[in-house]
Amino acid sequence: MKDNIIMKVEGLTKKYGAIAAVDDVSFELHEGELLGLIGPNGSGKTTLVNLISGFVKPDNGRVTFKGHDITGKPAYQIANMGIARTFQMVKPFYHLPAFKNLIVPLYSPRVRRLRGGKYGERDAVALDLLEEVGFERDSSIPYKIAGALPHGYLKRMELARCMALEPEIIIFDELFSGMSMSEVASTMPIIEKLIDEGKTMIVVEHRLKELFRIAHNVLVLNLGKRIAYGPPKEIMNSDAVKKAYLGSED
Amino acid sequence: MVTAYRKERLDRGIKARSDDIFALSSWRECLYLLLPRVLPILALLAAPLVLSEYWTTVIVIAAVFAIVALSWDFIHAAGMISLGHGLFFGLGAYSSGALNYYFGINPIISIPAGAVIGGLISTGLLAGVLRLRGIYFGMVTFALSLIMVRIIEATHIFNGNEGLSGLTPFPNLYLKVYIALILVVVCLFGFRRLLGSDFGLVLRGIDQNDRSVMSAGINIYLFKVQALFIGATVAALAGAFMAHHTRIAGPSSFGLEYSIMPIAMTVVGGTGTLAGPVVGAFLLTPISEIMRAFGAWRIVFYSAIMAFFVVVVPEGIFHYLQRRYHQFERKVTVEAKK
Repeated sequence: MKDNIIMKVEGLTKKYGAIAAVDDVSFELHEGELLGLIGPNGSGKTTLVNLISGFVKPDNGRVTFKGHDITGKPAYQIANMGIARTFQMVKPFYHLPAFKNLIVPLYSPRVRRLRGGKYGERDAVALDLLEEVGFERDSSIPYKIAGALPHGYLKRMELARCMALEPEIIIFDELFSGMSMSEVASTMPIIEKLIDEGKTMIVVEHRLKELFRIAHNVLVLNLGKRIAYGPPKEIMNSDAVKKAYLGSED
Repeated sequence: MVTAYRKERLDRGIKARSDDIFALSSWRECLYLLLPRVLPILALLAAPLVLSEYWTTVIVIAAVFAIVALSWDFIHAAGMISLGHGLFFGLGAYSSGALNYYFGINPIISIPAGAVIGGLISTGLLAGVLRLRGIYFGMVTFALSLIMVRIIEATHIFNGNEGLSGLTPFPNLYLKVYIALILVVVCLFGFRRLLGSDFGLVLRGIDQNDRSVMSAGINIYLFKVQALFIGATVAALAGAFMAHHTRIAGPSSFGLEYSIMPIAMTVVGGTGTLAGPVVGAFLLTPISEIMRAFGAWRIVFYSAIMAFFVVVVPEGIFHYLQRRYHQFERKVTVEAKK
């Protein structure tokens, strides 16, 4: 983790009617940092991810990425600048073979600028990326229709789709949800490799034990508000966090 | 114990082999791949030589519908449901017709020019509503195709209800039918190639999951506009061709049959295959002609036949044929409990 700030979120707010899904949330993200984002159900984690990645437009506040204001920009522009995200519910192209799923991000203006690549070369790159997330290259799995793959593979394909963009920030929205223990165990090394490479990441996660082991900092939301921010050790002992998760007596 | 049977479907061995580079290893494998592609095309090209003039004209009409149905299937593959292909068809007919009627431009130029102009106007009209999905987009295309007829009626532009008549005809029937058939083959294989390319994969991705395409850094609006332009231009090409075939571009060019029939043909033939719409067009158009013998009952029988196909082969004729070609069925015994 380095000192320079890569992304800054200031006073981000999104209201649905009278309810603020995200209420005045601010934080800074340093290069190479792994930020954990936690909170009880309905605390606004996914909305915050949607606001940053451009799928929802904020009512108030600012997001700056490497000095550029990206608040309210369309999702495809933000992805092209190098902020990739996964979806909590997997969103593959069910009727396309697994490796063809990765052609779509490889065809984006960002990747074509970074990597070039003519028609036909992208298939090989797609197969390499799938191998990186644990699709056995010599088997028929990368060629299978995505709809025929088990959920764990689809989750890892989401991961490969993000990596295909060669992003500077990756946002994981509950990557491990719905995965079996063995699938989590086989996916963890891929995440750890990304940490070693110094990728900046925001990880939304319910499995706190795993998250606290790898996160540099943790941001805790409750009812859309930021209630705690700091290294995992501080968060574990914070009264505010305990109250939010377990409820208070008064 | 009761012995019961169940049907089992298996891929033919030759299919697995011919999926790969081994397809080139023997004549048998090559033919397995080539015959279903080459034979129908040869049969179509030979048909005008043996058929009467009347039935050759029916082939021209079928080819025109095949092109419109191909355009419908392509636009559908990119996630847009059009209920108003008559709009594209009519704009193509009027564009080419106007070029020929007012400026005396030869059909060789006016048909392709009319197609592009028709495609551009259609794309311009629909560009604002591309964000609508599914049936909502369809309703707008449907409304626009109906509005066009009323605008022509109300403002009397392009001779109003009379239409632009006396357009330059094709020099002879054979030239006409072969241009039409070649256009069908070019559109069919062109669209297939396009949808198989990386560009086409993005279009199919938009259909299956547009949020995923957005998060992959792709401006889906830009891709939809391009797909719409390509599809609309091809439908307009059919309209421009038809205008010179019937020698008139009138309000009927925006007619409902050009909106509804391509959908029926695609559904009967098999959606998403591109070959399906062609099969559907070359099946339904001649059936419609044969039905003329029944006079007023024609539409009743015709509708019943269409319903029959949809109920009996809901997957579409092409899907069905493809499956029968690649797989065989056999009975296996299953031991069921009493």
